[in-house]
Amino acid sequence: MNRAGGAPTRREILHAIGVMGGASVLYQAMATMGHAAETQFAGPPNLSGARPGASVLVLGAGLAGMLAAYELGKAGYKVRIIEYNNRPGGRNWSLYGGDTYAELGGATQKIGFAKGNYLNPGPWRIPYHHRSLLHYCKAFGVALEPFIQLNHQALVHNSKAFGGKPQRYRELAADWDGNVAELLSKAIDNKGLNAVMTTEDGEMLKEALRTWGMLDKDMRYVRGPASAARRGFDRPPGGGVDGAPIPSDPFDFRDVRQSGVWRAFAQHMGHERQTTMFQPVGGMGMIGQAFARQVEGKIRYGAKVTKIDQSGGAVTVTWTDVASGAVETAKADYCVCTIPLGILSQIDVDVSPGMRAAIAAVPYSNSVKVGLEMKSRFWEDEDAIYGGISFTDQPIGMISYPSGGMHSAGPGVILGAYTFGPASYKLAALPPEQRIAAALDQGAVLHPGRYKEQFSNGAAVAWSRSPFTLGCCAQWNEDTRKEHYQTLVAVDDRIVLAGEHASYIGCWMEGALLSSLDAITRLHKRALEA
Amino acid sequence: MKTIFIAALLAATPALARDAPPHPGAIVYLEVCQACHMANAKGAVGAGRIAALAGNGNLAYPEYPIAVVTGGKGAMPWFRGQLTDQQIADVIGYVRTHFGNRYKGRITADQIAALGVKAPPRSRE
Ligand SMILES: Cc1cc2nc3c(=O)[nH]c(=O)nc-3n(C[C@H](O)[C@H](O)[C@H](O)COP(=O)(O)OP(=O)(O)OC[C@H]3O[C@@H](n4cnc5c(N)ncnc54)[C@H](O)[C@@H]3O)c2cc1C
Ligand code: HEC
Repeated sequence: MNRAGGAPTRREILHAIGVMGGASVLYQAMATMGHAAETQFAGPPNLSGARPGASVLVLGAGLAGMLAAYELGKAGYKVRIIEYNNRPGGRNWSLYGGDTYAELGGATQKIGFAKGNYLNPGPWRIPYHHRSLLHYCKAFGVALEPFIQLNHQALVHNSKAFGGKPQRYRELAADWDGNVAELLSKAIDNKGLNAVMTTEDGEMLKEALRTWGMLDKDMRYVRGPASAARRGFDRPPGGGVDGAPIPSDPFDFRDVRQSGVWRAFAQHMGHERQTTMFQPVGGMGMIGQAFARQVEGKIRYGAKVTKIDQSGGAVTVTWTDVASGAVETAKADYCVCTIPLGILSQIDVDVSPGMRAAIAAVPYSNSVKVGLEMKSRFWEDEDAIYGGISFTDQPIGMISYPSGGMHSAGPGVILGAYTFGPASYKLAALPPEQRIAAALDQGAVLHPGRYKEQFSNGAAVAWSRSPFTLGCCAQWNEDTRKEHYQTLVAVDDRIVLAGEHASYIGCWMEGALLSSLDAITRLHKRALEA
Repeated sequence: MKTIFIAALLAATPALARDAPPHPGAIVYLEVCQACHMANAKGAVGAGRIAALAGNGNLAYPEYPIAVVTGGKGAMPWFRGQLTDQQIADVIGYVRTHFGNRYKGRITADQIAALGVKAPPRSRE
């Protein structure tokens, strides 16, 4: 590298910009140069100069609400948060042994997990590029550990393939690649790709296919050392007399196609699930707890907001104390409202007709999660599955093995169901104990003889019956985005909305945070102009 | 396995445990609406409210439930395109004649086709 006197390297330029202009300039420069374009996070906002005594009411103590309160508080505003639940975090939440959860309809679960074990009913994984969430986790002291998304040793089960027998992801994935490589190579030989590439390019592609697709010298995907190196062995390599490995037989490609393993590829390969993913040590709820410590003493719990008024040059919020039924009000100069839209649409909110229409236009998806505590970690000890996800075409959708406490002794909590759409409505219709029973029946197909036998207790959360959200997440579509999104996120005199629903990263914590930062930045500007 | 699951669903629903052949809308109610409106159709109240369908005067004229079920309302998603027009007709017929509702008039798939809100574009979101 030419260090002395020559043109500065890109790194050197970036460093110079960073020193002079602060993080946001650096970010913009990096984005222009084709780096760091994976997030809109430009560092914490630099709000300052709030008018002395200016106040803000924040509605909802989820991540969006608590971040708004934290940053506005730093900027000099007097902030107070009004929250329905008796805990912080909102959808950011973990259920531990000793907790109680009452869903809509009255079914109440007393969680029986062993100490340290938990279910994350909502968020459970964090992509490496959700930079604002990662920033605040570090700033607020939340310890993270890897979340295992892809595990080659986990299973893929399709009731219509392999006679209903679950197979290893590793074997199916190898056989998929191998067969596709062989087919493509044949197509090249048969001049099937002549319309799109030259003979020379075709030959080069074939060489790549040989390595990528584990093909033999005749360009076939067959039993042998090449395929075994990826899909595994009938007898793995060992020591001494029987040390020589015996390769395994690839599956029939028809069965592989029928298994639907490509759906699992699509799950793992999406940008939001690519390596590396994280989870907080000790449960996702650690994030909500850490945020709450930053706004300690400012949250009014157990308060159900029923009315938001902004007449007469101030915002007046009315709520009902959930325990006593007493009605209370508070006034402030401004309001950041993070109440999920389905609930907000039922509240008397003093905003423009357009914003009211936007609030009412966004329905919520459903999801069901079931946590099953097992007496031993048989999936690790007996099956060598450490974290990751097994997929099934049954209503439970998947089984996920804990990424925390791997290779330890004692009980562990498996995610025994994680479903959306029609299957989630069916599961949600059942009382919690029957959701757990259904999850056990279906999971036992993947781990026969162990699953029900090792089960000790469970927990089941159906988001359609969540008292504090009325659903899983906001469901936008092209039409509603076009018609309502900009109106929804605009500052309406003294009120601005924020939360997962006010972002294009729907159903991710990052969306809640980015929405919050953007909303308070605009609200602060509005306040300074007033 | 599948039968166990359905059996559990049925057992969770007193209306279906009886002997008479079930109303064609009952199974749709069970598999879709019950997730929110509850087995007794009384809905529930928390920070927000799931409307009760039991004893609900808003069901008197079919136009209203047709608009809600096809187009959605607040947190409740639209079901046009997720359920067939026949299923939507069946389930509206079911809730209008059960759970303390005694409204007259058959609901048909043609009515859903004529009065229903059309399904929004499929999106990748
Ligand atoms: C099943 C599921 C899986 C998910 N998986 C992931 C994941 O893996 N990774 C990820 O990053 N994200 C995930 N998410 C999304 C993530 O949970 C949300 O995007 C984020 O937590 C939303 O934060 P928020 O502050 O916008 O809303 P919330 O956390 O819902 O906060 C809103 C707050 O308002 C309160 N409130 C409601 N009504 C009232 C009222 N009337 N009066 C007073 N207060 C009220 C609520 O109690 C709540 O505390 C998942 C969500 C679900 C449900
Ligand atoms: C995901 C939860 C959910 C599901 C599933 C659901 N609903 Fe709803 N439904 C609601 C909520 C919440 C409301 C209240 C909407 C509002 O007014 O804010 C509602 C309102 C209604 C209303 C209007 C009641 C009134 O008096 O205004 C009707 C009718 C209705 N639902 C019928 C159905 C039927 C029939 C089904 C099954 C096909 C169904 N719903 C499925 C959540 C749901």
